[in-house]
Amino acid sequence: MYPPAFEYQAPDTLEGALAALAELGDEGRVLAGGQSLIPMMKLRLAAPSHLVDINRISDLSYVRRENGSLCIGALARHNDVVGSDDAKASGVVSSAAPWISDPLVRNRGTVCGSVAHCDPEGDWNSVMLAARASVVAQSSSGSRTIGIDDFIVSFFTNSLEPGEMVTAVCVPIPSGASGGAYMKLERKIGDYATVGVATQLELASDGTIAQAGIGLTAVNYQNTRASAAEDLLRGETPSDELFAEAGAAAAAASDPQTDVRGDAEWKRNVVAVYTRRGLAQALASATS
Amino acid sequence: MQININVNGTDHSLDVEPRRLLVDAIRGDLGLRGTHIGCDTTSCGACTVLVDGTPIKSCTMFAVQADGSAVTTVEGLKGADGLSAVQQGFSAEHGLQCGFCTPGMMLVSTALLEENPDPSEDDIRWAISGNICRCTGYVNIVKAVQWAAAAARNGGEEG
Ligand SMILES: Cc1cc2nc3c(=O)[nH]c(=O)nc-3n(C[C@H](O)[C@H](O)[C@H](O)COP(=O)(O)OP(=O)(O)OC[C@H]3O[C@@H](n4cnc5c(N)ncnc54)[C@H](O)[C@@H]3O)c2cc1C
Ligand code: FES
Ligand code: FES
Repeated sequence: MYPPAFEYQAPDTLEGALAALAELGDEGRVLAGGQSLIPMMKLRLAAPSHLVDINRISDLSYVRRENGSLCIGALARHNDVVGSDDAKASGVVSSAAPWISDPLVRNRGTVCGSVAHCDPEGDWNSVMLAARASVVAQSSSGSRTIGIDDFIVSFFTNSLEPGEMVTAVCVPIPSGASGGAYMKLERKIGDYATVGVATQLELASDGTIAQAGIGLTAVNYQNTRASAAEDLLRGETPSDELFAEAGAAAAAASDPQTDVRGDAEWKRNVVAVYTRRGLAQALASATS
Repeated sequence: MQININVNGTDHSLDVEPRRLLVDAIRGDLGLRGTHIGCDTTSCGACTVLVDGTPIKSCTMFAVQADGSAVTTVEGLKGADGLSAVQQGFSAEHGLQCGFCTPGMMLVSTALLEENPDPSEDDIRWAISGNICRCTGYVNIVKAVQWAAAAARNGGEEG
């Protein structure tokens, strides 16, 4: 299979890419790892007229700590996060990385590309919801920071303006005791999630829950924050009963579809169980 | 577009459309048919090649993106003194049946051993987990990689 024809450029600086995107406006599309875009083009589900390939902008290839955050640059591959010591600052980020697709896709696909793609079956946006990430968007006229809840608009839709691209995604590193986990049910390595649940807990000095983050994969038309479950947890003392209640609230926030991966009711039950287990794992790493 | 790629140690200058996939440039323009197309949808790993040492699916990368890179295909595994340790391992341990997945399997295994000369069984299974084999059940592929690792440790002697 081959994709429809397109114009191509591969600038080697960020300024070059932003200038190209400014000039192209609606016609320009960023090519990052290509692990979603190229298959879509081959299947003729996407037919961009002009690709701006960012793979030569090596300055964007980083996973590092910056001012109390863990920042992942637009050219950092999934596998760069798997191997990163800095990424361990965020339990939910580092535990999710090995679950993305298979080793070959991880060598090429990028975290920011996945965030930008807003596929409700993609794992990273649930992780970013749980970790309360910010997306750094740049255009030739400047830069802005978009909270992940506002960045995800809908099914395959983000809130970037024409001419803008994601240059990094940053998650705040909690100052107190914290832990996180990504729980993913998949049929085989390389498959998208049947259900995925990202959890993060931050504890206050008295052991109560200062902040909780829960993001859900593949159970709604977009990656979803389980807000009611987070509200239940905040300010409370962690316990198995509390985590089970949060699991039930997360399940209530999901509206999965019956498909080849399983039926809706079963998936909702998996959300409840994975939320409970994820929170227990997050608590264990926060208190170890 | 004019691109320069080094494939298995030889420089090539190719004129390709931007939409030409790397796998098609390798098989079509360069006539190296050892790189297979299985699924053509980024799922099977039959098209695996090394780009600057990193295994990737060549059906999901444009040839223009490899401009200036060094590409290794299965044809490049054989060294001046014969088959590589990985190739010998696949032969010695019957790591293949129909052979369709084998080029990809040998390339990911080569990259693994480059990075980790003494992998555990789990490391091997993890490294080959993006490559699908319909025949072997993977057991002999794992043994083949273990054979190659042992052979390399013993200085080229049989593992
Ligand atoms: C077999 C297979 C299995 C997979 N399994 C999983 C999985 O289990 N979990 C999972 O989460 N993902 C999975 N994926 C998707 C994979 O993670 C992709 O890498 C990811 O979705 C997209 O990242 P990319 O860098 O490849 O982006 P691309 O494919 O290059 O781009 C995707 C989209 O995002 C846009 N884009 C990319 N980067 C930017 C940017 N910096 N700024 C603005 N827009 C941008 C592009 O224009 C395009 O519209 C799988 C893919 C395959 C082929
Ligand atoms: S042919 Fe490329 S992954 Fe199957
Ligand atoms: S040997 Fe036949 S597919 Fe692997």
